[in-house]
Amino acid sequence: MDWTRILTNVAGEIIAPTTAAYALAAIGLNIHFGLTGLLNMGQAGFMLLGAYGFAIATIAGWPIWAAALVAIAAAAVFALVLGIPTLKLRGDYLAIVTIAAAEIVRLIGRSTALTSLTGASSGLRGDSYKATFQALSPLPDGTTDIGPFSYSNNFSNSWWIRIVAWAVVALACLFVFLLIRSPWGRVLKGIREDEDAVRSLGKSVYAYKMQSLVLGGVIGALAGIIYVLPRAVQPDSMGRPMTFFVWTILLLGGAATVFGPVLGSIVFWAGLMLIKSVMRDGIPDTVMSTGQIEQLGWVIVGVTLMLLVIFRPQGVLGDKKELAINVR
Amino acid sequence: MSAEQTGHDFRTTAARDLQHVHRKPGAVKPDAILVADDVTRHFGGIAAVDVAHLEVQRNAITALIGPNGAGKTTLFNLMTGFDRPSSGRWTFEGAPLAGVSAARVARSGMVRTFQLTKALNRMTVIENMRLGATHQPGENLFAALVPSLWRPREKEITAQAEELLARFKLETKRDDFAGSLSGGQRKLLEMARALMSRPTMIMLDEPMAGVNPALTQSLLGHIQALRDEGTTVLFVEHDMHMVRHISDWVVVMAEGRIVAEGPPESVMKDPAVIDAYLGAHHDTDLGDDSLLEDDVPPRTREGQS
Repeated sequence: MDWTRILTNVAGEIIAPTTAAYALAAIGLNIHFGLTGLLNMGQAGFMLLGAYGFAIATIAGWPIWAAALVAIAAAAVFALVLGIPTLKLRGDYLAIVTIAAAEIVRLIGRSTALTSLTGASSGLRGDSYKATFQALSPLPDGTTDIGPFSYSNNFSNSWWIRIVAWAVVALACLFVFLLIRSPWGRVLKGIREDEDAVRSLGKSVYAYKMQSLVLGGVIGALAGIIYVLPRAVQPDSMGRPMTFFVWTILLLGGAATVFGPVLGSIVFWAGLMLIKSVMRDGIPDTVMSTGQIEQLGWVIVGVTLMLLVIFRPQGVLGDKKELAINVR
Repeated sequence: MSAEQTGHDFRTTAARDLQHVHRKPGAVKPDAILVADDVTRHFGGIAAVDVAHLEVQRNAITALIGPNGAGKTTLFNLMTGFDRPSSGRWTFEGAPLAGVSAARVARSGMVRTFQLTKALNRMTVIENMRLGATHQPGENLFAALVPSLWRPREKEITAQAEELLARFKLETKRDDFAGSLSGGQRKLLEMARALMSRPTMIMLDEPMAGVNPALTQSLLGHIQALRDEGTTVLFVEHDMHMVRHISDWVVVMAEGRIVAEGPPESVMKDPAVIDAYLGAHHDTDLGDDSLLEDDVPPRTREGQS
């Protein structure tokens, strides 16, 4: 078994743009669930909307900041549309509506009626919207090797994407760090615990829940942009499984913590890579084909996560004391 | 009437003002802070609340009593915007409140507590208290990002919270999670939290339920102290000892209607109250302290037969 290669692959996952995108999406979900107790089961919908908004606006010739604003606005409107009818109801309704709405976004995106705009099920090619982002890069063209990692400076799966993606994640962490300790965050936590109590203290619960939904959704849209920058916009790769991965990452790292989503994403993707690489090397082709190993990898990750949720429900960074108290 | 008056004055004023009020349902009060008219709430075919007229005297402790299912809590929910009435209108300090959201009712100065305590379990006691405060600019999303905008107010809030915690003997629990408190302590915390906004009127839904006898006495003291500082108190309670002991005025509800009103000593002798409420123990004094001992009611029944 070639451990150097395996560990290099695993370490590569730690800094991968995809890991950053998922961390960012989980930070958004953390505002929904960890802080406010909103059950958003459609985070992938926000991500896909962000990706479409950014890509379509760029293809239309808009500058990068305008394209990013389009993504943000799309997510904000989506959150408002979802929130207006459901945030006055009990939490479960939001879960049902968001999971359905995310599917609607995906199905509309892949419908042939919109081929000219969204590329239908084949999606939008990365080359068609990457140019403005790559043009912003101050790095010289070429390839840079740092340690065992060798990536292009600017093109596709580049160092430039890694720098920007993790910078955005760091900013989002700072943002959540400030909010979580502020009186605003305190109201959200109160709503998570008991919204009637917060209402009786004179706070407009509905307005706070709406702010939380919009904010988390907008962060989700930014995650969507980062997710599609090194690849293409593929509606079918941003469906329900993506939402569940984001949830897994959040619970793995620890909800209601600042760095939980980041750590969760790193552990999730590096762990998956480790399991798959070891099995690919260790299990001969005669026993299992590559495709089967791929699937077994997911099974093992799933079982590990189940064990983790059972034996350490607060996640890696969560506060044991905070979770030990029964919610009545 | 100014808040600078001493506590004793509020107590005697309440007693004096209420002395000449008619002892009948819907009586007009000399200085009513809350006035409700024709408030009804139907659940299916049942009228849970059907109140023709109710006035609550300012700066007094008013008890709302009645058998289970009389509509007391429903009336509370309606007045505070937690439930919508089938019909009716009411004013608080002259401002109409029908159709106003619960949050705005609270901001207008009428704050309530709940029968089933709503301590925010996974927040610390001090955070629970801080949440009760008003005028914290940091509760705005954008201001929240700039600590210098809300730190000064946060300091004031914390000082106020610590003072209240000390008064309610919760200061040692300051940094504990609210979920780790006992049931009685949670009741205290909820009441203290409601006081953070310095309400003009506080509505307590069964403040004594689940509180151990040792705490009861101090809780009674707290409620009287509130009145003495100029806060109007309206509370729902089943504990007749407490009702008799601290209330200036008692309103009795049965089957959604107000059936009697009066000072505690006389209202318990009202035939309508005896009919509606007292049932089997109609010739026992509900405020009789000896009733608090568990073994008394059966013996009384023996004595009757």
